[in-house]
Amino acid sequence: MVSAVSPDRQSGPAALGLRGLTAGYGAEPAIEGIDAAFPAGTMSAIVGPNGAGKSTLIKTIIGALKPVAGQVEVFGQPLARSRDRLAYVPQRASVDWDFPTRVIDVVTMGLWRDLGLFGRVRARHRTRAMECLGLVSMADFADRQIGQLSGGQQQRVFLARALAQGADLYLLDEPFAGVDAATEAAIIAVLHRLRAEGRTLVAVHHDLSTVAAYFDRVLILNRRKVTEGPVAQAFTEAALARAYGGRLHGLSAMVPAAAE
Amino acid sequence: MTGAAEFLGFTLVPMLIGTLAAMACAVPGVFLLLRRQALLGDAISHTVLPGIVVAFLLTGRIATLPMLLGAAGAAIVAVLLIQLLVRAGRVEPGTAMGTVFSAMFAAGVLLLERTDTAGVHLDVRHALMGSLESLVWLEAEGWHSLFDPDALSTLPPEFGRMALAALVIGAWAALFWRALAISPFDAGFAAVLGLPVGAIGLGLTLAAALAAVAAFDAVGSILVIAMFVCPPAAARLMTERLGAMLGWSLVFAAASAILGFLLAGYGPLWLGFPSSVSAAGMIATVSGLILGLAALLGPARGA
Amino acid sequence: MLGQALALGLGYNATLVTLGAAGLGFAAGMTGTFLVLRGRALLGDAIGHATLPGIVAAFLVMVALGADGRALPGLMLGAALSAALGVWVMGWVTRRTRLGEDAAIGAVLSVFFGAGVVLLTVVQSLPAGRGAGLETMLLGATASMLRQEAYLILAGAAVASLAALALGRTMLWTAFDPAFAQAAGIPVRRVDRAATALALAVTVIGLKVVGLILIVALLIVPAAAARFWTDRGGHVAALAGLFGALSGYLGAAISATAPALPTGPIVVLVAVAIFALSLVFAPRRGMLSRAARARGAA
Repeated sequence: MVSAVSPDRQSGPAALGLRGLTAGYGAEPAIEGIDAAFPAGTMSAIVGPNGAGKSTLIKTIIGALKPVAGQVEVFGQPLARSRDRLAYVPQRASVDWDFPTRVIDVVTMGLWRDLGLFGRVRARHRTRAMECLGLVSMADFADRQIGQLSGGQQQRVFLARALAQGADLYLLDEPFAGVDAATEAAIIAVLHRLRAEGRTLVAVHHDLSTVAAYFDRVLILNRRKVTEGPVAQAFTEAALARAYGGRLHGLSAMVPAAAE
Repeated sequence: MTGAAEFLGFTLVPMLIGTLAAMACAVPGVFLLLRRQALLGDAISHTVLPGIVVAFLLTGRIATLPMLLGAAGAAIVAVLLIQLLVRAGRVEPGTAMGTVFSAMFAAGVLLLERTDTAGVHLDVRHALMGSLESLVWLEAEGWHSLFDPDALSTLPPEFGRMALAALVIGAWAALFWRALAISPFDAGFAAVLGLPVGAIGLGLTLAAALAAVAAFDAVGSILVIAMFVCPPAAARLMTERLGAMLGWSLVFAAASAILGFLLAGYGPLWLGFPSSVSAAGMIATVSGLILGLAALLGPARGA
Repeated sequence: MLGQALALGLGYNATLVTLGAAGLGFAAGMTGTFLVLRGRALLGDAIGHATLPGIVAAFLVMVALGADGRALPGLMLGAALSAALGVWVMGWVTRRTRLGEDAAIGAVLSVFFGAGVVLLTVVQSLPAGRGAGLETMLLGATASMLRQEAYLILAGAAVASLAALALGRTMLWTAFDPAFAQAAGIPVRRVDRAATALALAVTVIGLKVVGLILIVALLIVPAAAARFWTDRGGHVAALAGLFGALSGYLGAAISATAPALPTGPIVVLVAVAIFALSLVFAPRRGMLSRAARARGAA
């Protein structure tokens, strides 16, 4: 099954470190001077209004976009040297769901490192893929074409693919967007289990009302970093007001009563 | 033949036809480009051939109205088939376009090969490369012929066709300017797919078909695409404003046609070779060079 | 005569040519699958048209060097270089300007073709007869194919097919989810370039069989047809290869009975017929099947 990562959370490099990260298209960068550290074994949310640069940030972290300035470090190493420790779960909308591929094939993509360019898919690969599907309760759907799945099911397949990679750091782009409550609960259960194993999770999250319940830490951003830290300290009404420009109603309802 | 007559009959008339063809194509080309439907121009120009061949088979001659109806009919059939494939067959739009226009073009070529078109200059070679150089006005005797109704009646029929088409397209664009100007911004699903739906889409398709069939004689099927794409694309790199973009397109289209025609006719002579080269090909090449220059130097080129 | 052609009974040459066309169809169908699934079907159109100036330039160079201008390997090399330049230009235009990929494809397609046409007319003004045969590369002409040319085409098709088989899975995965592939460390840019290079190779190999104008159809139509029959990417590619081979085979056989007609349109229409049958009759994704399900649900 999945092996546990070293439980040593406090010392050692942060699972994900951003230093002065600036990136984006056009004259004005979408994100500027982002400094952040995501300690190993924690689960963090990246939140901010539309256009805040959250997607740009994720794309820069996974290397799909070259930063104009700054660095990304994964467990203290530049991205190029630590890709095998990173797993990315993209937005559902980014994929053509009519593509001719089955659920099991999508999860097998997570085994790319093991397979290489020319390796044949063997029984052990299929077993591992089915295991990961089982972890998200999708084993019965293995042979279905992905377009036949509901939104929540598709999201779970993406997650199973990430699990198959056996990574230490998981980057998720809006994992709960457009999924039903049951799927949301299922996904959170899997993510919390990963955290219990000592892995690190960082998710772009759109639903402020669930930040405190789901995550340990938060990074609030709007082109620049507004604040970051444990939810209890960083996820405050004041910080949200700064980021959202006072446009958000019912801010106090989002924030746990203890933080003021 | 005097110098004036030779210039008038052998250079000016075909060059004007080419210029009108380029400008007539540039107008719908601008809107196709803005709607990210440049490849619809590719599709339409391939469907013109079978339309014309069918019109010839049905009427036995090459005349303006049947050609036009044939081309318009073919364009509509093509668009309907593409829609069918996308909606009922869930085929990706680019694939659907490629399938439909290849099928229609292949059918058109085979029909043409099997049809006896001796006597009208409609053959596969001309369909592909046009015959602009041959659209001459033999009866021109001098500048006074411009005012002589008898002489004017011997102008190549393509001239009148092209002039009429250019006029109609100009009028259409002027009439529907406002709707055309906002149409690239309608966020409908079909528009995002690049499919020509709705009244504007249909009107644009027909205008493009009209330009393509009128220009067919001059530059043939494939080079029409250069006229649809290159001058508008170059214009796009020069300005942000739609009106200015249209203006630049017309200028670039005319420049491509005039320079291309002259280079094709006289270029080889200047280099010491006896015969001229394809006018249509040279026009397309020049339009590409202009686009290249615009891509390197145009003020609005930024990615 | 058609029966004999289909049964490969028209002599060694004709048989070889028919097999060559089938081989090309197979390679084109498989390779084109990745273009189609990546949503870049019409890139094949630009690649095809962009070969023309290179072909004619190669002819002129070979003649100038005293060789036979129509030697297929030389023409193929010219075609490949010119098409590669076209691909580079398309990339440059999309990266450096605000123009979209559709405009880049249309521009390269027509301008390169136009330049090629200019060169063709240069060749035509040369001493009689030397340029004859170049125009067969526009729409294909298997009737005039030489034995060595058929061997070359078969060999090229085999190599291209093997490359497609080897890289197929990676190309599929990259086509499906390039962001994930990038994050996982798959060299997405290189994979894309490989897929384009394969399409280019198939185009060049297919010049004498279906010609540069219609090769795009052989790249995309069999794949589009295959999509109706299966939901597994690898199977789509294999079935597309099969449909392509069938189109090449039947098209070449029919073409042998009508040597005055260009081969390209015939092959394309066979491929389109297979597509139409798939569109209507395929189980689940075909139109009849969908209509029956819709009525059943009503």
